[in-house]
Amino acid sequence: MPRNRIQKQGGADASPSTLSLAAKSGGYSAAQIALFSLAAVATLLFCVSAGSVGIPVSETFAVIWNAVFGLPQPDSMAVSIILSVRLPRVLCVALTGAALSLCGAAMQGLLRNPLADGSTLGVSSGASLGAVIAIAFGITIPNLPFAGTMVLAMGFAFLSLVIILSLAYKIDFSLSTNTIILIGVIYSMFVSSILSLVITFASDHLKSITFWTMGSLLGASYSNALVLLIALVVCGAVILRYARELNAFSIGEDNARHIGVPVRKVKFLLLVCASALIGVCVSIGGSIGFVGLVTPHMARMIVGPDHQRLLPASVFGGAVFLMLADLVARVILNPLELPIGVVTSLIGAVLFIVIFYRSRRVRA
Amino acid sequence: MTLLEAKDLTVRYGALTIVDHVSFSLEEGDWLMLVGPNGAGKSTIVNAVSQGAPYTGEVRCLGRDVKRFRANELAKCLGVLSQTHTVGYAFTVESIVRLGRYAYSPGAFGGSRDEDDEAVRRALELTGMTPFAKQSVLTLSGGELQRTFLAQIFAQNPRVLILDEPTNHLDLVYQKQVFELISAWLKTPGRAVISVVHDLSLAKAYGTHALLLNQGKTVSSGTIDEVFTPQSLNAAYDMNVSEWMRTMLSQWTEA
Repeated sequence: MPRNRIQKQGGADASPSTLSLAAKSGGYSAAQIALFSLAAVATLLFCVSAGSVGIPVSETFAVIWNAVFGLPQPDSMAVSIILSVRLPRVLCVALTGAALSLCGAAMQGLLRNPLADGSTLGVSSGASLGAVIAIAFGITIPNLPFAGTMVLAMGFAFLSLVIILSLAYKIDFSLSTNTIILIGVIYSMFVSSILSLVITFASDHLKSITFWTMGSLLGASYSNALVLLIALVVCGAVILRYARELNAFSIGEDNARHIGVPVRKVKFLLLVCASALIGVCVSIGGSIGFVGLVTPHMARMIVGPDHQRLLPASVFGGAVFLMLADLVARVILNPLELPIGVVTSLIGAVLFIVIFYRSRRVRA
Repeated sequence: MTLLEAKDLTVRYGALTIVDHVSFSLEEGDWLMLVGPNGAGKSTIVNAVSQGAPYTGEVRCLGRDVKRFRANELAKCLGVLSQTHTVGYAFTVESIVRLGRYAYSPGAFGGSRDEDDEAVRRALELTGMTPFAKQSVLTLSGGELQRTFLAQIFAQNPRVLILDEPTNHLDLVYQKQVFELISAWLKTPGRAVISVVHDLSLAKAYGTHALLLNQGKTVSSGTIDEVFTPQSLNAAYDMNVSEWMRTMLSQWTEA
C-alpha cells in the first residue's frame, strides 16, 4: 500500500536528533528574501523594457537609476516611455499582484478553504459595485479625478465586510468560517445583480465600466502606486504578523481556539486588513480574477503550507505572475491591448485545473 | 486540589435547554467520564467548558473563572481533543505538534525556544509519532492522526485534558493505545481528565469518576462504582444495561 511505503520513508529519516529545528516554524533568511526581491526587480525591469517599443533592459535600468538618484537623463524618447507610461503601470501591477496574492493566501488559510480569495468573501464584488457606481454616475472628488472611484470602492468593500460579518454573527455567534463563506457567496450573487442593474441605467458609460470590470491598469500613476504601497505595507504587515495563527486556522478553527489563539480577534483583524487591501486593489485595477487563487496554490506547492513561508512567497509570486500577465496583455495582440483580468482568468483557470489535477493525483 | 469546577452549568439554544444546571468538579488525578444516551448534553458540556458555546453558570479552572482567562492562559489550563480532525493542507506531523506550544510563545516570532523543542520531542516520543514527524498528515490513518493531535495536547501540557469521544472512529488497537497514553499522562501530579465516552466498558475501565446524564440533566454523579449501578444506568438509558453488557461479554467467555 503506498501510504505504508511513505510511512517507512518517514521513519527512516526522522530520528529524534533530526527533529530539532529544521521543521521549526520559521520564515526565510535575509539572503532568501534578497533573492526573491532580485527576481521581482529583474521581472519588473524586463516588463518595463518589453512592449510595442522595445527598450534594452540596460537602458531601462539606467533611466530608472538616474531617476531615483536625480541624475541627468539622456535625451531619448525611451525616458518618457519608461518613466511616464510603463514604470508607474508595472509598479501598480506588481503591487496589485502582491496584494491580491497575499490576501488570497491569508483567506485560504483563515477560512481553511482552498477556493477562498477576495471574491469568496464578497468583498471584491462590493468594491466593484462602489467603483461602478462612481463611474456610472460620474462621482468624483475635485482635483482628484481617480479618488471618487477609489473612495467608493474602498467604502463599499468595508461596507460589504460589515454586512457579511454582521449577518454571520447574527446567525452564528462564533463567526464560523462556513457561515462567512456561505454569506459571502450569497452576498456576491446579490451584488452582481445590483451591478447589472446599475450598468443597465448607465449605458453611456458601458464601455468604460465593462473594461474596468475586466480589470485594467492602463493609465496607472505613481500616486496609485503610492496608495497601493502604503496599503500593502500596513495591511500586509498585519497579515504577516499573524502567520502562525493562520497555520492554526488552516488546521481547524476549533483547534486554533484550543491551543490558545484568540480566534475572533485574529479573524476580525485579518478580514479587515484583507478587505481593505482588496478594496484598494479593485479601486485602482478593477476586477482582476484568479491572482489571489492561483498564486498561493503555486507557492504552496513549492514552499509548503506553513504561512511563515507561504505568505512571503505569495507576495513575490503574485507580483511576478501579474507583471508577466500584464506583459502578455500588452503585447500579445499588439497594438490592441487586452484587459489584464482576461489574461489572468485565461491563464489562471488553466493553471488551476493543472494544480488541482496534480494535487488529486498526489493524494490518490 | 480542585483543578476544574462547573457550577449550575446551563446551555440553551433558543427555547431549547441542552444542559440543565449541571455541576461537577475535578480533583488532581481524577478521570471524569461523561456518560449517557445520545442527546444527553455530554458534548455540549465539554464545548461550553472549553468556551466553545455560550452558557450560564460558572466554570472555574484552578479557582479562576475561565471567562476571565486570556486565550493562551485558557490553553495552559484546558486542552481539548476532538473526535475528528480534517486538516486540509499538507502540514507535517511535527508542525502540528509544535502548534501545541503556541500558548507559551504566542506572536509572530514565537515557537523557537529550547523548551518548546524539548516539549515537542517528548510529545512525539510519548505518542510513538517520532518516526512520522516529517510526514504529511494527509498520509496518516485515522489512528495516527488522532495520536498526532494527542501529541499536540501533550506538548501543550494543560492541567486538564478534555476529550470529546476521542476513540469514536478508531479500531480496537488504536482505542487501547489512546486510552493507555492518556492514562499514562494522568499519572503526572497536577493533572485531570474529563471525557465523553459512549463505551461504558472503557469508561468503567479507565474512569475514576462519572457523571451520568439524560436530556441535559444529571442522573447520577460520583465515583465510577457509585454511578455505574444498574438502577442509574437503566434509568438513563431506558434499558437493562447490565444485562445487555453481560450478554455481550458472555459471547466471548463461552468461546
